[in-house]
Amino acid sequence: MLKRVTNEWIGENGMPATLAAQGAMKEPASPPVVAIKGLSLTYEAADGPVYALSNVDLQIAEGEFISFIGPSGCGKTTLLRVIADLEQPTGGDIHVNGVGPEEARLRRDYGFVFQAPALYPWRTIQKNIELPLEIFGVSKAERREKASKQLELVNLKGFENKFPWQLSGGMQQRASIARALSFDPKLLLMDEPFGALDEIVRDHLNEQLLKLWDKTGKTVLFVTHSIPEAVFLSSKIVVMSPRPGRIIDIIDASVLGRDRTLDIRETPEFLKIAHRVREGLRAGHSYDD
Amino acid sequence: MSANRHALILTPLAILGCLYALYLVHRPDVAGQAGLAFWAFIVVLWLLTGFAISGLSHLKLKQPVARRAIGLAVPVLFGAFLFFLWEVIVIGAGVPSVLMPAPSAIAAKFSASLPLLRDDFFQTFVKSVLSGYAMGCLSGFLVAIIADRVPFLRRGLLPLGNFVSALPVIGIAPIMVMWFGFDWPSKAAVVVVMTFFPMLVNTVTGLAAVGKLERDLMHSYAAGYWRSLLKLRLPVALPFIFNALKINSTLALIGAIVAEFFGTPIVGMGFRISIEVARMSLDMVWAEIALAAIAGSAFYGLVALIERGATFWHPSYRT
Repeated sequence: MLKRVTNEWIGENGMPATLAAQGAMKEPASPPVVAIKGLSLTYEAADGPVYALSNVDLQIAEGEFISFIGPSGCGKTTLLRVIADLEQPTGGDIHVNGVGPEEARLRRDYGFVFQAPALYPWRTIQKNIELPLEIFGVSKAERREKASKQLELVNLKGFENKFPWQLSGGMQQRASIARALSFDPKLLLMDEPFGALDEIVRDHLNEQLLKLWDKTGKTVLFVTHSIPEAVFLSSKIVVMSPRPGRIIDIIDASVLGRDRTLDIRETPEFLKIAHRVREGLRAGHSYDD
Repeated sequence: MSANRHALILTPLAILGCLYALYLVHRPDVAGQAGLAFWAFIVVLWLLTGFAISGLSHLKLKQPVARRAIGLAVPVLFGAFLFFLWEVIVIGAGVPSVLMPAPSAIAAKFSASLPLLRDDFFQTFVKSVLSGYAMGCLSGFLVAIIADRVPFLRRGLLPLGNFVSALPVIGIAPIMVMWFGFDWPSKAAVVVVMTFFPMLVNTVTGLAAVGKLERDLMHSYAAGYWRSLLKLRLPVALPFIFNALKINSTLALIGAIVAEFFGTPIVGMGFRISIEVARMSLDMVWAEIALAAIAGSAFYGLVALIERGATFWHPSYRT
C-alpha cells in the first residue's frame, strides 16, 4: 500500500513519467519506435511474487539515444529484454516498430549487445560478424561486404582473421557491436555493454559509440548503472527504481547537443543533468531502507 | 638457468652408461647372478639419468626447434630408461620368463610372430573394435540428439543407458555370442554396448552446455532449432564429444579383447592371450599386450590429434 502511494506521489509531483512520455510523443512526426503502456512483469519467487516491472509507460521516437539507469533490481534489463522478446510481460501493451515484440524479433528489427561479447570462439572476428547474416541466408559475397563495412565502422580493420580470444575485452565488445549492426537493424539494444571494462576503455568506447550513433542514425536503447555514462551518451535518460520496478523520471539531455566530446562532462549543463539523475535515483531509494 | 646446462653433458653420459650396463647384463657371467657392484652401478646410472632428465626438462631454450626436440626427448628418454630398468633387473636377477619376460625377449617374440599378430590385429582391432566403435559412438550421438529434442526421452533413456553400461562385460559377452555367433559381430556388439553410453551422456551434457547469452543471441536472430544446433550447440558440444571418443577408444579395445575369451574362431588378440596363458608361453601373451598397447595408444593419439585440430579454440588448446 505504501509503495503504491509513493508511486502516485512521484507522478503528481512533476517527475512525471507519463507526462514526459507524452511530450516525447508529440515531437516527432514519425510513429514511435517503441510504445509501451501499462506494462508489468511479475514472476513467482519462493518468497512471494516479484514485481520486476510495474505499470511502465514509455514512448521512444526514432533516432533517439535512450539510457535506462537505476540500481540493480529496478527492471532496466528486464524492460530491454521485454522489448527484445527475450522475456514475456504479464500485463500491458508493448509495440516495437508498430508490431508486437515477437513479430519485431522475427522481422529482425533489432540488434542486441549483451553484457559480455558472447562471440563464438571457434569463429574468426569476420565470421562472428557474419553470423546473423549467415542465419538470415544472405549470400556469401554480400555477407563479406557488409561485415567488412561494420569492421571499419568499429575500427577493427586488420583484425578480421583473429579469433575473439586473441583480442582485448574492449575490442571484443566492439566486435559484438559490429555483429549487432551487421544486418542493419532499425534498433540497437545494449545491455550494460561496457560494464565489464575499465574506465579508460569505457570512455573511449563511449565516444566511439556516440560517433557511430551520429553516423548511422539508429535508435539506441542503452542500459547502464553509471550516471556519467548515461548523461554523456543519451538524448533522454530514463531513471528507474526497484520494488516494484518502475520509471520515476525521464530527463531530456538533448541540450548537450549531438556532437559531444568527453570534455562536456565538466560543463554546468552536464553536471545539472547528472545532478537530476542522482536526485531521481535517491528519491527512488528513500523509502527503501 | 645455466645450472641446467650440465644436462647436455650428463644425458649422453647416461645413455653411454646404460648401453654399457646392457652389454654387461647380457654377459653369461652376469646374467642371473649380478653382484653388488653391478647393482651399485645401476643405482648410480639411475641417479645420473634422474639428474640429466630433470635438467633437460628445466632447460630454457630460445630456438623453437630445439625446444620441440627437448620436449620430445624428455618423455622418450624417460620411457626408454624404464624399459632399460626392466631389462636389467629381469636379466640381472634372473627372473623366470613365466613371471616376467625381459623386453628384449618380448621384442624378439613379437618380431618372430608378425604374421600371427597381424591376423589377430586384423580380426580384433580392424573388424571388432573399429566397426563396434563406429556404430556405438554414432548411435550414442544420434540418440543424444533425439533425447535432447524430446525431454521425456531424456528422462527415460539416460537411466536406461546408465543401467546397460553398468552391466559387466563378462556378462554381456556370452549373451552376444549367443545372439551374433562366434565371429567378430558378437565382439562388435559388446563394443557397441560399451561405447554407446559414454557418448550418449557426454553429448547430452555438451548440448546443454550452451551459455544463456549465446542462446539469447540465437533467439534474437530468430534462428530455428536446426540452425542453432549446427551453428552453436554442436560446436559447444564438440569438446564433450571428443572426450567420449577418447574414452571409448580405449574402452572399445578392452571390450573386444575380453569378449574374445567367451567363444571365438581361432584368431584374435583376446583368443591368443587366453590360449597362450594356458600353454605357459607368457612371452607371446606379452607380445599381444604390447600389440594392444601400441594399437590402443595410436588410436587414442589419433583421436586426440583430430580433437586438437577441431577444438583449437577451446581454452585448453589456445595458443
